[in-house]
Amino acid sequence: MSRMFASVFAIFWKDVLSEIRTKEIVTAVLVFALLVLVIFNFAFDAASGTTARIAPGILWVAFTFAGILGLNRVFAVEKENSSLAGLRLCPVDRMVIFWGKLAGSFTFMLVIAAVITPIFLVLFNLPLFLPRLALIIVLATLGFTSVGTLFSALAMNIRARDIMLPILFLPLVVPVIIGAVETTTCVLAGGPWSDMLTWLEIMIAFDIIYLVVATLMFEFVIEE
Amino acid sequence: MNETGAGSGAWAIEVEGLGKSFGNHRALTGICLKVGRGEHVTVFGPNGAGKTTLIKVLSTLMKPSAGTVRLDGSDINKAPTEVRRKIGLVAHQTFLYDDLTVYENLKFYGKMYDVPNLEEQIHDVVRWVRLEARLHDRVGTLSRGMQQRISIARAVIHNPSIVLLDEPEVGLDPHAIVMVREVLDSLSAGERTVVMTTHNLEQGIEMSDRVVILDKGRIVYQEHKDRIDIATFRETYDRYTESTK
Amino acid sequence: MKNGRGKLRDDLLVGMGFALMLAALYMALVYAPTEKYAGAVQRIFYFHVPLAWVGFLAFLVVFIGSILYLWKRSVIWDSIAWASAEVGVVFTSLVLITGSIWAKAAWGIWWTWDARLTATLVLWFVYVAYLMVRGYAREESQGARLSAVLGIVGFINVPIVALAINLWRTQHPTALIFEGGLAPTMLVALLVCVVAFTVLYILLVRQATSLKILESDIENMKNLRLE
Repeated sequence: MSRMFASVFAIFWKDVLSEIRTKEIVTAVLVFALLVLVIFNFAFDAASGTTARIAPGILWVAFTFAGILGLNRVFAVEKENSSLAGLRLCPVDRMVIFWGKLAGSFTFMLVIAAVITPIFLVLFNLPLFLPRLALIIVLATLGFTSVGTLFSALAMNIRARDIMLPILFLPLVVPVIIGAVETTTCVLAGGPWSDMLTWLEIMIAFDIIYLVVATLMFEFVIEE
Repeated sequence: MNETGAGSGAWAIEVEGLGKSFGNHRALTGICLKVGRGEHVTVFGPNGAGKTTLIKVLSTLMKPSAGTVRLDGSDINKAPTEVRRKIGLVAHQTFLYDDLTVYENLKFYGKMYDVPNLEEQIHDVVRWVRLEARLHDRVGTLSRGMQQRISIARAVIHNPSIVLLDEPEVGLDPHAIVMVREVLDSLSAGERTVVMTTHNLEQGIEMSDRVVILDKGRIVYQEHKDRIDIATFRETYDRYTESTK
Repeated sequence: MKNGRGKLRDDLLVGMGFALMLAALYMALVYAPTEKYAGAVQRIFYFHVPLAWVGFLAFLVVFIGSILYLWKRSVIWDSIAWASAEVGVVFTSLVLITGSIWAKAAWGIWWTWDARLTATLVLWFVYVAYLMVRGYAREESQGARLSAVLGIVGFINVPIVALAINLWRTQHPTALIFEGGLAPTMLVALLVCVVAFTVLYILLVRQATSLKILESDIENMKNLRLE
């Protein structure tokens, strides 16, 4: 067990090191997410009163599209280095490879969220201290990355890789997006926990189900 | 080196009736091969003969469509993780991460293979391929030949008893080939079992104990090096691969 | 290639399907009473609902076929899954189209984000993604394997999406809902239509599957001859 954890951590650490060197994922995705926020501002005229109602939607659209960009990179780095075979040669369970990459993509997305969210709250003149929002972001990111890591590996070896990832990914994470927007709306309006509970349950159920399913399916995706 | 070493599980590699198909294309058919411990087998064959496919199956990167494959006693279908622990693969791709240093790459693989005394082992293996000076340089800054040497270091860092090489000299300039060959020679001289595919007839025979020719997915010729006349081998090779001309 | 008995069975099935479809048309357009509020246009319901049912059934078959393919790696299971996806996407498209026509006729708008239509739309996208993975794969076996994964992952998603969208709709209800009460005669008509469309589905999938298996056999033979 500890051996598995050591291997998962080794893969995670390799990706973190790579990212620290190149800063590829985080910078590109950050800039993109910010741009999406700003463009939505123009599209919906931030000054008017309707923004409070659509703000949660804007935040989650920005996260979703930025997330897709980041998820594309998860296995692109292996493809570019032709190193997926190197990983497959290692004497570890295939699910270890999945969890290693998942740990990396989850962490990167959380880092991006940690930067984008305060900026978003400022741009839309919303209160800054929202611990419940942090919980929502963690749950949603877990849902996004478990599905996204699986599909990033799937899309890696087929043609039109960049367009296939969103097509595969978006329909499946609809429940996460709906849940995230509903709960964020509740939090921004200062509503009680009881209003959010069902949605949180749905998101947690989604996360658990997809973590299990993706772990099981991963070996079929990377075999040759 | 070979038939007598018998007794139970004396073969390093046992392949019986191996077949591999991709959809409707049969890449390998009826491959039977037994490699003894410490033996060095070189596989020749024209392009498309199935050399790379054979190496991929032996290294667990591909599953056989038919037949059995056992490496050091472990069945490739039943105990792939065990098999992976015992083998090292060197191919065209180096499996190294360009943005990480030589040290970081080796440390990564060392951790994945749970290598004991990793620090020491990294230094040993880099010294063996004569690249200690570049230990903390990014792999992307190394020449292709140096990358290939590091790749060989990566392949043996966990001390595998079997090393598989798929045309390790392809794409290297003459100077790099010389350096890689030195490394391969010392690899060969040791107790590891080596299976190597190559296009280079002369060099391939020199290093090996046994020679195999693969053509259209089948073994068409197999002989011990001592019984081969190196001078006429090229003719022999052409004769056996006649069908592809 | 088909022996006498097989051909007879096929013909019987086609005949039965034809007869059922005629019966269904009769039931939907003549036998069933006209609905009180929506009028004649409501009769689309007798096609819309069976199509939705079959669209879901088709995906269930894709799911089962995908699991069996990954387990047994036999061309037969792959062909069944693929055939069912092709038929399924057509039926699901028809669900969306009939739903749209119904909405236009009943409420004057082309689309309504009601729970069932929205969930069907998401299912449609998963179908399309399944077929695109096949199309973009670099070779047959890769396409079969990857789409099988999608077939499994996508199917598991269906109940979750349905639940989420339902909850979303109940929290943000629209005035337009597709349901209605069912008189016993309406129920009978509906059932006949469901059976008719299910038989149609079976016929289409059988055809498509045997076609794919034949194509695979031909490829096999071509390669054998070359060796």
